Amino acid sequence: MEQVIGNISVLAAMPIFNLGLLIDGLLVGSIFALAAYGLALVWGVMSVKNLAQGDFIMIGGYITWNLGRLGIDPLLGVPVAMVVLWGIGWVLYRTVISKVITRDLFTSLLATFGIAIVIQQGLNLAFGPDTQSAHANLPTLSFAGGLITIAATRIVGFALAILLAIAVILFMKSRMGQAIRATAQDSRAARVLGIDTEKVYSFTFCLNAAICGAAGALVAVVWNVQPFLGTTYSIRLFVIVTAAGFGNLPGVIAAGFGMGVFEQFGGFVLGAQFQQALIVLLLLAVLAVRQLQQLRVRQAVQ
Amino acid sequence: MSRAPVHPLTIGLLLLAGAAAPLLFPAYTNQVAVLWLMIVFASTWDILGGQMGYNSLGNIFFFGAGMYTSAVVQIGLYYDVGMYTSGARTTHIVFTTAQYFTGFALGTIAAGVVAALFAVATSWIVFGLRGPYFAIGTLGVAVAAAELISSWEWLGAAAGISMPVFPGAPETQKLFFYFLLFGLAFAVLGFLRWLYSTNFGLAINAIRDDEEKAEAMGLYTRRYKRTAWTIAAFFLGIAGAIFGNMTGFIEPRDIAFPTTTFNIFMILMVLLGGKGTFWGPVVGAVVFQVIKEVTWTYFLGWQFVALGLLIVIIVVYFQQGIVGWLMEKYPERFGIRIAPKERQESSRAIGLAPHPEGAE
Repeated sequence: MEQVIGNISVLAAMPIFNLGLLIDGLLVGSIFALAAYGLALVWGVMSVKNLAQGDFIMIGGYITWNLGRLGIDPLLGVPVAMVVLWGIGWVLYRTVISKVITRDLFTSLLATFGIAIVIQQGLNLAFGPDTQSAHANLPTLSFAGGLITIAATRIVGFALAILLAIAVILFMKSRMGQAIRATAQDSRAARVLGIDTEKVYSFTFCLNAAICGAAGALVAVVWNVQPFLGTTYSIRLFVIVTAAGFGNLPGVIAAGFGMGVFEQFGGFVLGAQFQQALIVLLLLAVLAVRQLQQLRVRQAVQ
Repeated sequence: MSRAPVHPLTIGLLLLAGAAAPLLFPAYTNQVAVLWLMIVFASTWDILGGQMGYNSLGNIFFFGAGMYTSAVVQIGLYYDVGMYTSGARTTHIVFTTAQYFTGFALGTIAAGVVAALFAVATSWIVFGLRGPYFAIGTLGVAVAAAELISSWEWLGAAAGISMPVFPGAPETQKLFFYFLLFGLAFAVLGFLRWLYSTNFGLAINAIRDDEEKAEAMGLYTRRYKRTAWTIAAFFLGIAGAIFGNMTGFIEPRDIAFPTTTFNIFMILMVLLGGKGTFWGPVVGAVVFQVIKEVTWTYFLGWQFVALGLLIVIIVVYFQQGIVGWLMEKYPERFGIRIAPKERQESSRAIGLAPHPEGAE
C-alpha cells in the first residue's frame, strides 16, 4: 500500500514521468487497437466471439521470434506472419468455424476456447514455456535529459500498426470490403442480393487471423511472447471491444489506445505483478457498466 | 423433468458401486474419488448450463473459494494465517487429531457458506449479462480470483499453502476422502433429483426456454437465477474444501482455480453426456473420467492438445451428448432401461430442442 502511494507521489512530483507513460501507452495501445479491430470485425460480421484471438497473436509472435533466430530481421516477420496466419485461419474456418456460425453463441465461444487450448499447448510443446523476445537492432531514444526513454522499436511498431490499420480501412471501401460490411448489416439480405456470404465469412476470418499475425509480430518485437500469454491478450481485446461496442470502429481504436495507457499507469502504480489481475478486473468493471446501461434502456422501454 | 422418484434399484446399485469400488480396486481409490468429484462438477454445472440455459465459464471460482476458505478456517482456528503461510516460516506445525477434524468439519461448512455468499454477491454483476457476455463475465470472475490470490501474500500468494496433515495412515486418509466425495456426490444427485421435481425445476426450465415469457408469466426470474447459482456454489464450495484437504497442498492457478482443466472438464462432461438431462452429466463424467485415466499417460505431454481437440470435436459434431443421442435414437428403450418411470421425461425432451437457445 505504501509503495502504491509512493508511486503515485512520484507521478505527482515528476509530471514528466506521466508524459513518458502516456507515450508508451499510446505506442503499445496501437497494437491492441489493431488486434481489437480484427476481433470486432469477426464479431460483427459472423457473430463469432473468437476466444483464440490472443493465441493467434502468440503464433504470429513465435513466427517472428523464429525468423529472428535464423538471423532474419524481425520486422520482416510482419508479412510472413500475416501469410502464415491467413493459412491457419483458412484451415480453422473450413474445419471448425464454418460449422458453428449458425449455432448458438456459446457453441462458438466454446469451440474457439478449445482452439485456444490447442494453440497454447502446441506452442508450449514446440518452443517451451519460457518468455521470448525478438530483437530488432534499433536504438533506444531518450528525451528530456534521459527522463523519457522510448525504444525505437515501439515507434516502428506504432507506425506499422497505423499503416496496417489504414490499409484495412481503405480495403473496406473495396468491392470485397463492401460485401463484408453488407453481410455484417444483414446477412440474409446480402445473400438475396447475390453476395456469396460463405466466401465473405471465410475471407473475414482469414483477414482477422492475418491482422492478428501482424499484431503478434509487433508484440514479439516490442514486448515478448510466451505460450500462455494469449489468454491475457484475448481478455484485453474483449475488454476493448465490449467497452466500445463492436460496430463502432473509431470507438474500438480509441479504447485500444485507452487500454494501453491504462495498463502503463496501472502497472507503474501497482507494480507489474498486478497487471493481469488489473486487466481482468477492468473486464468485470466494463461488463458491470454495460449492464447498468442496459438496465436503464430496459426501464426506458417499460 | 419427471416427478417420479428414481427407482430404488438404481439407488441401491449406485450405493453398492460406490461402496464396493475402493474395496475391489484399492489401487484406484483416488481415481474413483476424483470420478465422484467430476460427477459433482458436471451435475452442478448442469443446474445453470443445462436446466437454466445460462452457460457459465466460471463455476470453478466457487470451488477455489471454498478451498481457500476451508484452509483459512482450518489454520486460523489455531494459528496465525499470515505466519503459517509465510515463506520464511521455520517452525514445524503439527495439528492434533482433534484439532484436525474440528478444523476440517468447520472449514468444510464455512467453505459451502462462504461460496454461497460469494454467489449472491457476484449474482449482482453476472446476471444482468446474457448469452456470451455471461460466459465471459463468469470466466472473468474466476480468472480475477486466481490472479488476486496469486499476489496476496497473506494467503501464500502463488507459492500456495500446505494444508494440515491428515492424522492417520495414508490408506485411512484415502478411504476417508473417498467416502466424503462419494457421499457428497450422492447428496448432490439426491438433492438435484428432488429440486428438479419441484416448481423450482419448472421455473428454471422456463427461464431456459424463454426468459422474457417466463418473466411475463410472473416469475421473478432474477430470484430464481440467483438461487440456482447459489445452490451450485454451495456444493462446489464443499467439494473444494474436501479436495483441498485430499491433495494436501493448494495453489491458486492449477489447483484452486484451474480454468483450463477442471473448469472446462465440467462443461465438456455435461456436453458429452447430454445437456439438460438428469443422468447426462453423470454418464458424461463417468465416460470422460474413464477415458482420461486410461489414455492420459500415453499422450506424453500431448494430453492438453488432445483435450482442446476433444472440446472442438464434441462442441462441433456431438453436442446433443450421449444421453441426448440415446433419447433421440431409442426413446422407448432408453426410458425402460435406465429408469422405468421416466418415459414422460424422454418424450418431453424430444419435443424440446436439445440445445435450447432461449437465453442466448
